[in-house]
Formats: sequence, C-alpha cells, structure tokens
Amino acid sequence: MIRKLIALLAMFVWADAALAQSGPLRLTITDGVIEPLPFALPTFQPEGTGAEEMAANLSQVIASDLIGTGLFRQIPASAFISPYTGFSQPVAYADWRAINAQALITGAVAVSGGQVEVKFRLYDVFSGGELGDGLRFVGSVDGWRRMAHKVADTIYSRITGEGGYFDSRVVFVAETGPKDARQKRLAIMDYDGAGVQYLTDSGTLVIAPRFSPSGDRVLYTTFESGFPRINMIDVATVGRQQITTAAGEMAFSPRFSRDGNQVIYSLSSGGNTDIWRTDLLTGQHTRLTSAPSIETAPSFSPDGSQIVFESDRSGSPQLYIMSATGGEARRVSFGEGRYGTPVWSPRGDLVAFTKQNAGRFHIGVMRTDGSEERLLTASFLDEGPTWSPNGRVIMFFRETQGAAGAPSLYSVDISGRNLRQVPTVTFASDPSWGPLQR
Amino acid sequence: MKTLTKAALIVLALSTAACTRPDRFGTGADGAGAGAGTGFGADGSISDPTSPAYFNQTIGDRVLFQVDQSTLTAEAMSVLEGQARWLLDNTQYMALVEGHADEQGTREYNLALGARRANAVREYLVSRGVPVARLQTVSYGKERPLAICSDETCYSQNRRAVTVISLGGL
Repeated sequence: MIRKLIALLAMFVWADAALAQSGPLRLTITDGVIEPLPFALPTFQPEGTGAEEMAANLSQVIASDLIGTGLFRQIPASAFISPYTGFSQPVAYADWRAINAQALITGAVAVSGGQVEVKFRLYDVFSGGELGDGLRFVGSVDGWRRMAHKVADTIYSRITGEGGYFDSRVVFVAETGPKDARQKRLAIMDYDGAGVQYLTDSGTLVIAPRFSPSGDRVLYTTFESGFPRINMIDVATVGRQQITTAAGEMAFSPRFSRDGNQVIYSLSSGGNTDIWRTDLLTGQHTRLTSAPSIETAPSFSPDGSQIVFESDRSGSPQLYIMSATGGEARRVSFGEGRYGTPVWSPRGDLVAFTKQNAGRFHIGVMRTDGSEERLLTASFLDEGPTWSPNGRVIMFFRETQGAAGAPSLYSVDISGRNLRQVPTVTFASDPSWGPLQR
Repeated sequence: MKTLTKAALIVLALSTAACTRPDRFGTGADGAGAGAGTGFGADGSISDPTSPAYFNQTIGDRVLFQVDQSTLTAEAMSVLEGQARWLLDNTQYMALVEGHADEQGTREYNLALGARRANAVREYLVSRGVPVARLQTVSYGKERPLAICSDETCYSQNRRAVTVISLGGL
C-alpha cells in the first residue's frame, strides 16, 4: 500500500539504467531518488544583426522554465568543453557526455521587421541523436516570452511524455495597502509572474477570479453594487458584464463548466448558502443543493458529470461529491480538521483542497474517493489551490501572520516537492491557472 | 524599558481608536450608498439619542460571535434589543447588517458564515418588531478585518455583525 502511494506521488526521474544502454532520453514516473536531469543550453545563436539580446533573453527564459520544474538542472557554460559553434554544426557528443549533459538544447534566433524567429534542436547526448525534429517558431517581438515558453513546453513534453504548462497564464487578485484597508484588483500574468496586466481598478472589492476552460473569460465575485455578485470579464477586450444568477442576497464562488456554457456558484438567501447552476445560453437557473447548512466552493469534474464542493452539514466544513444535476452527495473527506476549496484535477483522478487543522493550514490532494490524502504544504495560512494545465503542479496563496501579514503566490508539485514563490510586484492571492495557450 | 512602555501605550491608544472608528472603509465604493449618515461629523451629537452617533456608540452598532458560530449571545441580544428600540423610535433610518468573520477559514466559507451572522441579527431585529423592509444584510467574510493581529484578541473583534444605519432608502 505504502509502495503504491509512493509510486503515485513520485516525480519524473531520469532512468539511470536506460542511460548506460544509451536508451532514449526520457524522464519517467518512478519511485526512484530525485535527481534533476542535467542539461546544457548554450546561449542560442543570434543570426544576423540585432538578435543578440533576444537570443540571450530567450535562452534565459527557456532555461528558467525547465529549472523551475525542479526536474532539470542547468550545467553552467563555464563547464562546457566544446564551444558552441553553430546551430547547423555537427554535435560533439563526447564533449557533452564528458560533462554529463544528458540533454543538449541548441537554437538560433533571428529578428527582423518586428518578428522573431527561433529554431531549436533537442539532443539526447548519451544515445547520440536528436530527440524529435528541430522546430521553428515565428512570432512578434512583443510575444517573445511566449515563444520561449513554447520551446520549453516542447522540450519538457519530449523528455517527460507529459503535456507542458509554461505557455499559460494565471488570473489572480493583486492586493495593496495595509491589512485593515486592503485594496484588491483583478490581474492576469504569465505563469512565471511576467507581464502583469490589471483587469479592474482598486475602487471595488473583488475576490476569487476563475478562468474559463478555454482561457477566454474569467468569472469573479465583485462588491460593485455593495453586495457580492458574479461578474464575467472577457480577457481580450476586458469588457465585463454581471451574470444574472438566481435571486438571492449574495452570489459568489463561481466556476465554469468544461464547455464554458454553465456557471456553478453559491447563492445566499436568508442566511443560508446553497449551490446553484446557471446556464449562460438559456439563462435557466437550477438549484443543486437544498440544506440548512453552508454549501459552497463547487468545482466540476473534468467530464462535467460531477461536482465536488464544501459543506458543513456534518458540523464542520468537509468535502462532498454529487452529480452535476444535484441530489444525494457522498462525503469524501474524513481526516482530522476542516476541508475547503476543493478543485478537481484536469486528469480527473485527484481533488486538491485547503485543510485547516490544529491551527495550521495545508494544501493537499486526495483521490476522488477520499483515499490517499497527502498534505503538500503547511503554514499559518495556505489557501485556494489551482491546477497547472497538465495536473502536475498546484499554485495557491500563502498569507503571513500578524498585523503586517500579507499574501503571496506559491507553487508546489503534487509530489509535495519544489515549493516556490511566484514573483509578483504586489501582494497576491486567489490564483486561477488557465489552460495552455494556442 | 521606559521607551518600551511608551511604545506599548501608543499601541494601546491606537487600538482603542480603531475600535471606535466605523469599520467600513471605502464607503463610497463598497457601501451601497449606505455610508452617508455614518461618517464623523454627519452623525450628530452623541448626547442626542436620535443621532446615529448615539446609535453607534451608546447603544452599540455591533455584536460579536464565538468561533464558527452565528448564535447570538446574551450580551449580543441585549445590544440588539437597544438597536431594535432605536430603529422603532427613529423610523426614518434603514439598516444594513454586515456580517464578518475572522481570518481563520477559507474565503468562501467565511463569506457564507458572515451571511449567517448578518441574518441572525436581522431575524432578531425583525422578531422585535423592526419591519423587514427596513433591513438588509451583506457579508464581507474575512475581507474587512477590524483588528489585524493574528490571535484571539483580534479574531474576537472581527467575528462581528455591524448594523450600519442610513437615512432613507438603502
């Protein structure tokens, strides 16, 4: 049982046995020791004039994406034996093997007329060949970071066999000001904290933005009218509209269905909070729970057939799963403490949650039957998990203690490893991780 | 040592000031137009029993709750008795009951918990004869802490329902 558990929470590791045999370059999921895969990435070659800075920037972001996973380690250029002579030159595998570079990434960058062209190749050093074909991306100079993320996603996918997550964005709440006069704005940024754009001003309290599955729209709760209501914002135009929910005093905690056509949310009326669904196309409202207890934080399963949510019907907040059409719910959390903010994983096998126990908060995951619960983090206040597009990483916010306490964004692997702060200029909370961009 | 005592005194003074201050900041933006009568200066004299200042400070505009609870304590009920009588005497005022929670708990759950607390106050006021049409509720969950330390001395002040009165329509 324990072994099975370890296998499940294991990360990708470089298969040492395969290495000696010159097997294919591959990180596989196993319960082995975690040893980041060493790669060499000589700064991409500038082609023509004016491409030096772009080549350096692209190389840096690609390396940073890979290192940030905790699965890869970059070999410093000072260790290189073989000088990097050119994108088209044959590779001196022996020189890269000698410094134990298991993957070699080479590339070339050209800039002209506001366009960037980046070409790259990925080599499996120990088997002495290319892993996949060389690829070429062309895009606008403004979008250079996305091109770097696309290259890194391709490399990550080829080596791990999993989908990538670097070319993705996160919508979150940017917070400023002291704890008792906090101002909140919706903001959107790349997954690594770059390119922040604000979607609302700080005049209105906003909370908990949630991406649509295709990433084109965001639902959030706003106090614009003085009372919590659900707004939808179009990411491209920043145009926003209020969702007409069923009638109640407060509507909050919205999430989209997989097809983006339905919204599930909490509605409070007469002090009682239940879960409702509204069809955005027909305007039809359906009540999904009907209990005197608090029912909130609903999240669809990826196939849309079920909803996981939080309820205190047992006396303390716990997680429950019901059909997407409502009806009987089965309790899935049975550990000590209180459970909240469940989010179904993109693969459908896990639910991430916030857990509060013995004065500490945790981000955790469990299987959808409640088994194999594991806590990934612990602090004074960790809250609000959101899944990376490939279901390998969870982002959440961590609030520090005391009068100067403030929130920041963090990410952690579902193995519990590689806890990292996501850099933001302001305080930040309530992240929602969008899909891979097209 | 002397400096330390002084510093402690200043902190005390500051926190006392915080307690008497209306706890809704950004009133114009968030307040559903309800904040008009509650700012200092516009509240009238505290010695005038028909003034909002009298309601806020002498009767008491807020009640506190136990952890996770929305049940009214005996102390809370006595404050609400006073609020109900005042509202029945001063029929030109409407009331918005704001429910709040401390920071222990998730954002979503605390919003729902604040709604329960605000509703408990509304129901009590209605049971004492205040017309339901003069009452509205809202929850801020843990979004608007009044006291900002991270221990029970602050949490107990934040688990509150505040009755915000205003002239005319809500």
